This record gives sequence, C-alpha cells and structure tokens, in this order.
Amino acid sequence: MSDILLSIKGLTKAYPGVVANSNVSFDIGEGEVHALLGENGAGKSTLVKMIYGLVKPDSGTMTLRGKPYAPPEPRAARADGIAMVFQHFSLFDALNVAENIALGMENPPPMRDLARRIREVSETYGLPLDPYRTVGDLSAGERQRVEIIRCLLQDPKLLIMDEPTSVLTPQEVDILFQTLRKLSSEGTAILYISHKLEEIRALCDHATVLRLGKNVGECTPRETSARDMAELMVGTSLKTPTRAGRELGEPALDITGLSVSSPSAFGTSLKNIHLTVREGEVLGIGGVAGNGQDELLAALTGEVLCEADAVKLKGQPIGRLGPIARRELGLLTAPEERLGHAAAPDMSLTENAMLTGWVREGLQNRGFMKWGEAQTFAEKIIKAFDVRTPGPGNAARSLSGGNLQKFVIGREVLQNPSVLVVNQPTWGVDASAAAAIRQALLDLAAGGAAVICISQDLDELMEIADRFAALNEGRLSAPRETTGLTVEEIGLMMGGAHGMEVADV
Amino acid sequence: MIILEKRPQPSRLWSVSTPVVAVIATMIFGGLLFGLLGKNPIEAIRTIFWEPLFGEFAFYYRPQLLVKGAPLVLIAIGLSLGFKAGIWNIGAEGQYIIGALTGAAVGLAFYPLEAWYIFPLMVIAGALGGWAWAMIPGILKIKFGTNEILVSLMLVYVAEQILASMALGLLKNPEGFGFPGSRNLAEYASASSWINQNAGMHWGVVTALIAVIFAYVLLNRHMLGFNIRLTGDAPRAARFAGVNPARLVLFCLGASGFLAGLAGLFEVAGPAGQVTIDFNTGYGFTAIIVAFLGRLHPFGILLAGLLMALTYIGGEIAQSNLGLPAAAIQVFQGMLLFFLLAFDLLTNYRLRLKTREAA
Repeated sequence: MSDILLSIKGLTKAYPGVVANSNVSFDIGEGEVHALLGENGAGKSTLVKMIYGLVKPDSGTMTLRGKPYAPPEPRAARADGIAMVFQHFSLFDALNVAENIALGMENPPPMRDLARRIREVSETYGLPLDPYRTVGDLSAGERQRVEIIRCLLQDPKLLIMDEPTSVLTPQEVDILFQTLRKLSSEGTAILYISHKLEEIRALCDHATVLRLGKNVGECTPRETSARDMAELMVGTSLKTPTRAGRELGEPALDITGLSVSSPSAFGTSLKNIHLTVREGEVLGIGGVAGNGQDELLAALTGEVLCEADAVKLKGQPIGRLGPIARRELGLLTAPEERLGHAAAPDMSLTENAMLTGWVREGLQNRGFMKWGEAQTFAEKIIKAFDVRTPGPGNAARSLSGGNLQKFVIGREVLQNPSVLVVNQPTWGVDASAAAAIRQALLDLAAGGAAVICISQDLDELMEIADRFAALNEGRLSAPRETTGLTVEEIGLMMGGAHGMEVADV
Repeated sequence: MIILEKRPQPSRLWSVSTPVVAVIATMIFGGLLFGLLGKNPIEAIRTIFWEPLFGEFAFYYRPQLLVKGAPLVLIAIGLSLGFKAGIWNIGAEGQYIIGALTGAAVGLAFYPLEAWYIFPLMVIAGALGGWAWAMIPGILKIKFGTNEILVSLMLVYVAEQILASMALGLLKNPEGFGFPGSRNLAEYASASSWINQNAGMHWGVVTALIAVIFAYVLLNRHMLGFNIRLTGDAPRAARFAGVNPARLVLFCLGASGFLAGLAGLFEVAGPAGQVTIDFNTGYGFTAIIVAFLGRLHPFGILLAGLLMALTYIGGEIAQSNLGLPAAAIQVFQGMLLFFLLAFDLLTNYRLRLKTREAA
C-alpha cells in the first residue's frame, strides 16, 4: 500500500445555492479498500462523480499514478481503469445478463464470447451468474453482480462502489465482501461509499470522513469505534431515541391472509400475509427492496383494494375501503416516494398539507376547502418538525429530501392516527432529522397508537421496533421480538442468501 | 453556451408575463412574415389588432368580438379542466357539432309553436348531446384503457358526417326549396339565442362569463378542482389522496363535452342560425389554443378568447383590405401558440450563460 494510485487535492464543486465539495483532498493507495464516509448530503456522490468524469470540478486537481487526471466524461475514466457500480442499477429487466452487459460496452464482442468471459470472471471472483438469465428474474443481489461483472470485464484499477449493501441481506453482504477482499488482494483499489459504520470497520483499510462537503477527518476504521466515527460524521454527539416502557393495548390492525397480485409485470405479489399490531406497539418490517414493500403499503393506504376481511382496523373490516374512508377511521400512511406519491411536487406545502389532512383536520366544508385553516395546519407541521423552508407557500419540490420527509411524516403524525404505516421513513434524511423522526414514531406509539415501520435500514428497525418481521418475495415471516434477535436470524428471515452460492474464492 | 437551469419553484413573474411576451414576439415575427409577402408589416399588424377595436368600422366589429369570443371561451374553459388533470379532450369540435344538432332538433320539433320553455329545453338538449358525445371516449378509456386523444379526435369526423346527413336529411327545411340546411332558428323567436343582436349579445356570452366564474371557484375553492390539479401534478399522489381516477376522467370529459355542446347550441340558435353542412368552423380546435394561451386559468382564458377572436376578425379585415392570404393569417395564429409554449419554458427554467470549460 505504499504506492499511491489516485491522489485528490483541493477538489471543489459548487451548485447554485450549495457547495457540494469544498477543498477535499485524500489519497488512495494501490489495492487499498478506502472508505468514503458521510451522511446523506455530505457530498460523497458528487465527489465520486468527479472521479468518474460525470461532473467537472470547479477547482482542484487529481493525479492518477503520478499523471494529471481530469476525465471529461465517464468513457475517459473507464479508459483510465476506473469503474463504478451505482447505487441504482441501470439494467433492462426484459433483457438477459449478457445483453445488458453488451449494451454498456464500446465494442461488444460476439454474444457467445461475451458469455464465456462473463462465466470466467464470475467464477474467478466468486460471483456465479448465468449470462443467459433474464434480469427481471434476478434478485437484487444478483443484479448487483451483473453491475460488478460489467465493471470487472474492464479490468479496473479502481472500483468505486456507491452504497452497495443497501439492497442486500447480511448473508449477501458477506459474499460481496469476500469478492471485494479478493479483488483488493489482487491489487484493485476499491473506493467504498457508505454510511454504515460496521461494514466499513469490517472491510476497509482507511476511511475519509466528509461532512457538509468538507474532509473532516481520516481514520483507520479497524482501530476506531463506530461511535467515534459516527460523531466525526455528524459533528455532534448523537441523541439516541428513547423508548419508554409501555403497556400494549388491544390489537389495532389485523391482517389475515392478505394476497394481492402486483399490477406491474416485474412487481412482487403479496402472498398470504398475516400480521397483528397492537396499540402502543412498533412493528418493524425489514426486507430487501422490491420484495413487496410498496405493494404492502399500497394495500394498507387503500390505493389497492383487497377482500374486506383481509384487513381489519380495530375489528372493523376495511379491505374494500378507499384511502379517504381509511383515514377517517384512523389508519394513516406515509409512502416511501416523497415527491410524486406522498407529496405533489409543484404544489405548495399548504396544498400538500390539505392532500391528506382534510379528512381528519376538518379542512373542508361540503367540498369547499378552508385554505386559511390548511395554512395553519401546514405551519404547525413546519414548526413541530423543524422543516426548513421560507414558508408554507413554497412548492414541495423546493425542499430538500430530508426536509420534505419531515414534512410528510409530520403531516401524518400530527393528525393523531390510531395506526400509522410508514415506508422508509428516514431514507435520505440526515442523522439528526432521522433521529427526530424515529423519536416522533416512538412518541406516537407511547401515546397509544400502533406503528408499522417498513424499512431497509435494519439498525433503524432494531432501534425502534418492538417486534420484527421480514418481507421476502411477497411473503411475510412470522414476527419476532427484537430483543435478542441476532443478525444471522434477521438475515435468514429476509431470505438468507437467496440461494446465491459462493464459488471457491 | 446557454444552458437551461430548472428553477426551484415556478416563477410567478414569468407565468404572468409569458402571454404578453408571446404576443409581442408574434407581432414581430408575424410582421416579418407579412413584410416578406410584400405588405407593409406595421399596417398589417395595425389592421389585425387595432382596426377591429378602434378603426372606422369598429361599431360593426366590436360586437363580432363577443360573437366569436363566446364559443371559444366556453369550450376552452371546459377543456382546461381536463388539461389541468392530464386528460386530453381533443374532440371538442365534435361535441360542439352534436350539441348543436341535439339542441336544434328539439327547437325544430316545436316549430312553429311559440312558448317560453322551448329555448330552455334546447339548452338542456344541447348540453346533454355534447356531454354524451364526450362520454364515448370517457367510457372507452376507463373500461378498456383506450387513448382519449385518438378516440375524441376521430369522433369529430363521425360528428361531421352526422352533421352532413342531418343537414341533408332529417333536419332539412321542408320549405327550403330543396336546399341543404335546416329552418333558421335565429328567426324563430322562441328558439333564438340572441339577446341583442346589434350588440353581439346572446345567451352564449352570458353562459361563457358564468362558466369562467364557476371554473375559477371550482379550481380554487372546491375539492373537485383541487383533485383535478393534484391529478395533473402527481397522479400517484392523487390516488394516495383518495382521488378515483375513473370518476375524474368522466367528470373532466363530461364537463368539457357539456360546455362544448352548449357552445354549439348557442351558435346554431344565434349567429349561425341554422344547421348546415359547413356549420362548424373550427372553434373546437381553436379553443385548445385559447386554453393554453390563457395558461389554463379561467380569467386568462377569458382574455385569450377575446384576443383570439380579435386575430380572427382582424385577420379577415387584413385579408379583404390588404389582400393577405388566409394561410398567412393561420400561420400568424399558429405562431402565437408556438411562442407561448416556447416562452412558457421560462416559467420553470432560467437561462444561464456558461463559458465552456477547457476539457
């Protein structure tokens, strides 16, 4: 690790109104696994986009093996041996693995040769993959393999991985880490972006911590505690949400034998789901993305109807009721997608407060809207949840992701629900806002409401949930008490390694 | 290099000023066009925009403004409801024809009886006719997922065939010496939509004004209008809020058909007077331009309808006085929509000059 592969000096990139990176410098050695650590919005993505040639820095220099390096576009970066696996896959569901890989190549070889090379590379690195399988049928872990193999075929010197584990079960993470360690031992450097501290401690040789676009420290993860790294990342000491011991009341929401077929071809159908949440309880539902989370939420909001008896709210069948009737009865929801689903982008915050608020807050009279009262309600949400915005007249799309999330969660929490279902409540939200949202959910439960929290962040679920269940291919595992649950058990509930085997590494 | 940069939120200044800027740009480029055709551009523009309002024969043209503007505003108001929700009724022309036919048929059935209730019955029949014609694409869309743009547009041509058949057959004037066309409703007192023909006032003008106010209240104060705007902005959010998309499709198509049918009835019972083969003159299509020119805003549509009527009348004067070809006037009107849509970009984006970086 003595030779420096890539050296970054004083990189700065500003967007209108925000400095994404300010004077960031660090070095990556040959074969080193280097972590780039920081909260959402700390500037990690902008930084790697500059390395990969997607974004041009305003100032600063990069040197690759002693030579100046300034890729005008990703193609040039790839030619210099830099490859990147994005957080969101860019694969076509309807094509097979080899076709998807060929699409990303400058001069794809004949399909048969390509398939052979895919097999070779996949076996060398312990990533078994059949080049002729249709991508739509692959699990998230296998799709990621396609992206990794696509990179490895270029024989990269530096592999950038952007939050690779957010879509994996713990077992799949283990397999990935073995591959990455093998790559590193063969001399490929890896720039590993994450905000998950334990992973970084397990995998990385060195870490650079970013906060608000600045390099705020370096550390050797193996010798630094997760708490110290977290405080470096956040800049203040973190407040852990407090859970008051509470009495569980009557069953609030009861789902028995819920089966819903997915409206889209590559969606996941829900199969025979059973669950009960009681008043004062937080039920956490984990699972890898795309295993039925969105469908479950849609079945609970009332956007998708089911048999009347499949969903019961305090004993009353509500399966055939639409969103408005369910809100009247006290079942409130907050979908994952903030812009376009939970909120309308071009409408003001007042109008967005009206969107779900009119039913329970009495914001209308015989179909006529009471805009004055809606504005008061929006102001109340903004104040109670510390939403950073000039005022309720601003469009939803002008808010940052985290602020809009606080608004959306706040809108539902303040309506005093008897059951609240949230999907990915803290996705893309900075740590202090995430803590505030979790605290609000816990306070709601302490007040006697039942809360269902669907999330892919296992740490979050362990922190706030009383019981945990996992969605896997549209089926829900039996819920278990979170206290005493081990990572292995959680992984198995999430479907284990999804049958992905490990070749000899 | 000029780049477009998305604004964090729509600019209020631009959303109000784009129509004005678009009109000015149309005058400049339209003037250039007329200049290339060998006419004096300033005189041509003056003829189109000034002559009808303040010229020598303004006393004749000003009432015409109401006569031409009323159906445009009435139809455009209906269309704007659907357009706001992303429901594209392109077939208002057909609904306008059918409304005129059903309304006229009721009136003609009572001829020569004179009674107060004949005109109200015609209004109801005209509105229902337009509504029913718009329900065809609506029901096909919600039952079978057909594209309402295509179905409503195709039904215009069906309606035109029905119109021809009616003018030559069922509704033909028995005392018309064999000429195609119905009896003249404008001269049948109980069926006429005129209030004061010399002032250009007929019941369509009144109804258009009522529709503007009604649409404004609906969109800004009522849940249904909120749901329409919500569906247009974010269809998934609308479903999440509890909007039934099928019902909204039926309401929007129904309302636009209803108003287009009314426009047709008022036209056939007043300015046009009778059902003829070439009764429809494209109000249903021009109203699409009017709806967008008015930014889909009720009061904007009112002004846009009057402006469009002005270019119609001014265009006719320019044709007869200056000998401008009819096609040049149509290009001029097309330019107006073109510039409006182009400048509209500035509501959501701003232009920035950027020096190209050395690669």
